Amino acid sequence: MIPVTYYIIFSAVLFSLGTLGVLIRRNSLVIFMSIELMLNAANLSFVAFSRIHESFSGQIFVFFIMAVAAAEVAVGLALIVTIYRSRHTIDIDGMSSLKG
Amino acid sequence: MLFSETTSSGQFFGLVPWIVFAPIIGLLINIFAPYLVRWLNQTFKTELVWSETATGLVASLAAGATFVIATLQLISLGQHHEGAIIPVAEWIHVGPLALDWNFRVDSLSTTMMLVVSGVGTLIHIYAIGYMHEDVRFKNDVGRYNRFFVFLNLFIAAMMILVSGDSYLMLFVGWEGVGLASFLLIGFWYDMDTLGRPSWANSNAAKKAFITNRVGDFGFLIAGFLIFSYMGSFQFDTVFAAAPELAHAHPEILLLITVFMLIGVAGKSAQIPLYVWLPDAMAGPTPVSALIHAATMVTAGVYLVTRSAPIFSLSHDAQYIVATVGAVTALFAATIAVGQYDIKKVLAYSTISQLGFMVAAVGMGAYVAGMFHLVTHAFFKALLFLSAGSVILGLERGHHHLAHGHHADHAEVFDPGDMRNMGGLRKQMPVTFWVYMIGTLALAGIFPFAGFWSKDEILLDASRHFPHVYWILTAAAFLTAFYMGRQVWMVFFGEARHEAAAHAQESPLIVTIPLMILAALSALGGFMNLPFAGFHNFAHWLEHTLGEIEVLGLDFAVAGISTLLALVASAFSWFLYLRKPLTSGQPDPLKKPLGLLFVGMENKWFIDEAYQHFILNAYANLSKFLAQTIDWDFWHEWFHNSVIAKNFVGLTRFLADPVDLGVVDNLSKVLADWVQETSQTLREMQTGYVRHYALSVLVGVVAILGYLLLVSR
Amino acid sequence: MNFLFEPLTIVTFFPLLGVLALLLINSEQKTAIRWTALVTALLAFVISLWAFFFSGQYDVAAPGLQLVAKYDWITVAGWNIRYYLAADGLSILLVLLTTFLTPIAILSTWTAIEERVKDFMIFFLMLEIGMTGVFLSQDLFLFYIFWEFTLVPMYFLIGIWGGPRRMYAAVKFFLYTMAGSILMLLAILWLGINLDTFAVPELIGKVPAAAQMLLFVAFTAAFAIKVPMWPLHSWLPDAHVEAPTAGSVILAGVLLKMGTYGFLRFNLPLFPEASIQAAPVIGALAVIGIIYGAAVSYAQKDVKKLVAYSSVSHLGFVMLGMFAMNSLGIQGAILQMINHGLSTGALFLLVGMIYEQTHTRELAVYGGLWKIMPVYGALTLIVTLSSMGLPGLNGFVGEFTILLGAWGAGSGSYGSVWFAALSAIGVILAAIYMLYMFQKMFLGPAGEITKHHPLHDLNWREIATLLPLLVFIFWIGLYPKPFFDLMSPTVDELVKLLSAAALR
Repeated sequence: MIPVTYYIIFSAVLFSLGTLGVLIRRNSLVIFMSIELMLNAANLSFVAFSRIHESFSGQIFVFFIMAVAAAEVAVGLALIVTIYRSRHTIDIDGMSSLKG
Repeated sequence: MLFSETTSSGQFFGLVPWIVFAPIIGLLINIFAPYLVRWLNQTFKTELVWSETATGLVASLAAGATFVIATLQLISLGQHHEGAIIPVAEWIHVGPLALDWNFRVDSLSTTMMLVVSGVGTLIHIYAIGYMHEDVRFKNDVGRYNRFFVFLNLFIAAMMILVSGDSYLMLFVGWEGVGLASFLLIGFWYDMDTLGRPSWANSNAAKKAFITNRVGDFGFLIAGFLIFSYMGSFQFDTVFAAAPELAHAHPEILLLITVFMLIGVAGKSAQIPLYVWLPDAMAGPTPVSALIHAATMVTAGVYLVTRSAPIFSLSHDAQYIVATVGAVTALFAATIAVGQYDIKKVLAYSTISQLGFMVAAVGMGAYVAGMFHLVTHAFFKALLFLSAGSVILGLERGHHHLAHGHHADHAEVFDPGDMRNMGGLRKQMPVTFWVYMIGTLALAGIFPFAGFWSKDEILLDASRHFPHVYWILTAAAFLTAFYMGRQVWMVFFGEARHEAAAHAQESPLIVTIPLMILAALSALGGFMNLPFAGFHNFAHWLEHTLGEIEVLGLDFAVAGISTLLALVASAFSWFLYLRKPLTSGQPDPLKKPLGLLFVGMENKWFIDEAYQHFILNAYANLSKFLAQTIDWDFWHEWFHNSVIAKNFVGLTRFLADPVDLGVVDNLSKVLADWVQETSQTLREMQTGYVRHYALSVLVGVVAILGYLLLVSR
Repeated sequence: MNFLFEPLTIVTFFPLLGVLALLLINSEQKTAIRWTALVTALLAFVISLWAFFFSGQYDVAAPGLQLVAKYDWITVAGWNIRYYLAADGLSILLVLLTTFLTPIAILSTWTAIEERVKDFMIFFLMLEIGMTGVFLSQDLFLFYIFWEFTLVPMYFLIGIWGGPRRMYAAVKFFLYTMAGSILMLLAILWLGINLDTFAVPELIGKVPAAAQMLLFVAFTAAFAIKVPMWPLHSWLPDAHVEAPTAGSVILAGVLLKMGTYGFLRFNLPLFPEASIQAAPVIGALAVIGIIYGAAVSYAQKDVKKLVAYSSVSHLGFVMLGMFAMNSLGIQGAILQMINHGLSTGALFLLVGMIYEQTHTRELAVYGGLWKIMPVYGALTLIVTLSSMGLPGLNGFVGEFTILLGAWGAGSGSYGSVWFAALSAIGVILAAIYMLYMFQKMFLGPAGEITKHHPLHDLNWREIATLLPLLVFIFWIGLYPKPFFDLMSPTVDELVKLLSAAALR
């Protein structure tokens, strides 16, 4: 039996990688994948804790998150395609029209 | 209702309202028939025509009907001298005022009805022929119908005037005839008397109406006085109350008569309101004959005669009226001497003769005045109508010339100017003979109508007011002189214009009424011969006016006046026919009279004086009031500048220094502060996603850190 | 809800049904809108005839208020404000004049108003409600509401459909009338608070003599501006010249009468002592107005302005008669209100008809119109003569009775001989400006417009618009008895009240 700590650490590493990816990368597809990474990090934690507490709530949460993530992918990709169509780039720094 | 008053003996009195309704029906037919015919033609595809003959016939029949009714009144009066009052409807009943539409039949009103309807009918018939040519000469055939509508309107109004039973009903007719006169003087409203486009005729019409209104003002004031002191407008009531008033307030009675005289001066063209009558000759000749010679202008004489019980009570009133009449008679006669227009001479002659009548009724010689009114209606209508025939003859001659020689149509030819005439007795024999009869009657030559009536006036004057007698005698002398001058200039000598040489006699429809009138002018005097047993007219009027002083023939007075008339005629022959005038020759009187003649020629410049001192003054006053006072001062300056501009100034002050300076600045300070703050804050909005993501991260870390470390 | 079924409520508010119907019609369907408005106005006229003559509830011979609709309205805080409509001899003719002139005015807009027809008709019917209400209210508060309410539709009628300077004229009209009304409102509140009621019949005889003069002045301020009395007439030419034809007709025909009616209904009976004291002043102003209005009219170059100023003169006669305070003067004044409504209304209609064709009102460009437009000329002549008081037509009956009253010939004698004599000069002057107008337009040689503008004579609709007016012009002139009969019982009561006050 692998101690739960490992899972937590792994999950934390994955989450940090995702966060860094969101903050550093300019390609919006990559940012998008980083977000997926962060979600999956959270999923991992849920599953791990579910196992420890012997409760299914965590796993049910995971299913929800995956469903939401799928929906998010659909919406997100659609947004990216639309943005690409109008701007011919998916560079995130090109999208600064909200600047005050 | 209209027949309800009919009794077996006075059977025709009940018909008297129809004397007004008949012409009204006639004019309504003439107004609507053309439209009806047009509608029928459009709807049923018929080809009816409402012809000139139909128009003339309807109008003449209406006028003829009034004559028949008037004659029937005469018949009934023959049996019932006291006459009758025929009520038709209530009119104004307010508080103490009770006015009704009541018709009055007595010998005086019937006399007037007979004159108006008789002369009126003849003139209607004459007008059928005259207007037929006139509308063609003036180039507007469509106006034929309108003429007869107006003419019938006049008859209706005149009948109301003479048959009303109260001063107010008389006033209705009084203004009604003024309206008809306005419409008929302005009949050719878009031209002058020579047919050129101009405001002249319509100005003349307006002048007549307004001058008459000045007279009506006097009438109204007299009416107010009558009502406030005698409590009624009804003739009998007023006359019954008059003696008491004369006793209690003679000055009020005098005032009533003086104001009434103003009304008389307006309608009967006396000094100072006579000025409209000469200009009224702008109307077609039948109008001049009917309205401005025979009937309407005598309304003033009728009014004074009707008011005899009032005027007789005040010697001062009689003196004033008689003097005004006499002075008018002489004054107008002097102007008549200096005129060249055939109708203008007759117009001033009419004023002069009206002066005779007013003087007569003023003196209390009511029978003489009414007698002269009747004979004058005959011979002056005759003279005017003949003058119309002369004018038509000259127009025909001119027309003939223009076609024969292709002469210049643009040449302005005045067919009424006596200087263009001469020798017409050869071309127009009928007209000439009837004109001679009219002239003899007017000049007062024995035994024509004017002789008898004028002599009766002179006789009365010599007995009561000698100064009036002398003035009237001088006027009578001038009358014979200017009529002689006119006859010599028009019918004798040589033609002074080619149109006169080619003049043609008028058709029978024109000349037959002339012959009838000529007969009346010749024989009219016999209704009141100054011999015992022959005072028929006087006795006739006695039924209305009460006891009348009957005068016989005074050979001194009659002899002097006849002699003067003959001398005047001879004198005019000496001046105008001994050496017949040639074309372009100045008037032979010009040299000997000098400046005096200039005055006569120019009507003593009275018109100019009125124009300058009254009309222009009023026009300037009204312009001053309208432009300077009302608009510039009151509207523009006071309202717009003072009130509005000051208010705007106040609002500006409140808006600029107060509102913008104080109130607005406060909020501006606040707004500026908010803006500066937000200026700083907006730096944070970079637009880069990662900045936002980072701040979210920092935020999450901070909150988590706080929860973990601090809040524990 | 009983008050809804009172005859006078129906008379007053019937046009509201028309307004509702108009709201449901598409504004593009102009013909339907015009017919709806016309039929409404005609029905309102029929209803008013019914209420007074055929309902059996109005006795012409009785002097007092009749057809009374009296309900409590605002009773909070001790206020005694009522919904109180009633009619008597003073108001019946004016109500009928209102309902009679409204359909005529609407008919005159048939082709003249092409833009925003729906709005126009709605405002017009609202105006009718206001005017009828003014003549029927017997409660000062209710009266004041109707009085102010008439301003609103009239403001828009001038301001939207008026001539080039319409905004100026509309605002001036509004402000001027408002300025006077404010003083009246104060007086009304004073009466209502101190005497504990707003109902006019209950106030009669209760106003203390000491307070009367101030109250009289306050009421006069409102009414004199509306009449308008000289020298407060400055708004009139502007409003008339800029208003559309139908607006001018109603303005001259009815709105001005609200001022004279106000004097009659409120000033004379409520403040008799003050009225008697003020009579010489009002009389003098009236005489000045008569002569001044006539003189100023004569110098006008714009036909509509000429007619507008003539109103100052004509209403001077009304004021003169009213403050003669005898039955001749007052009855003449009421009849003259009607006469002025008829003949000046007709004059404005006539001016509007030619303006519709030529779009100019300059006298100088006309001339010789009679030749081209004989029917138009003849009708104008009749109206002109009626306006200058030719005997046999309506104007004379009114003017003559007024002058006779002012002469002091009748019972009671506050009238002055001099006022009457000077006013009689106004009769001469009326002939001068009226004939001047008629001559410059219809007689003389053809002017610019007459020569170069294609003109057609009146059509059937236009004749139908004028014909009812002409009928009354002749009717009142020849047989005014039915009209005097309507007012005489009430006027006699009023005169009694005034002579009683004169003896105190």
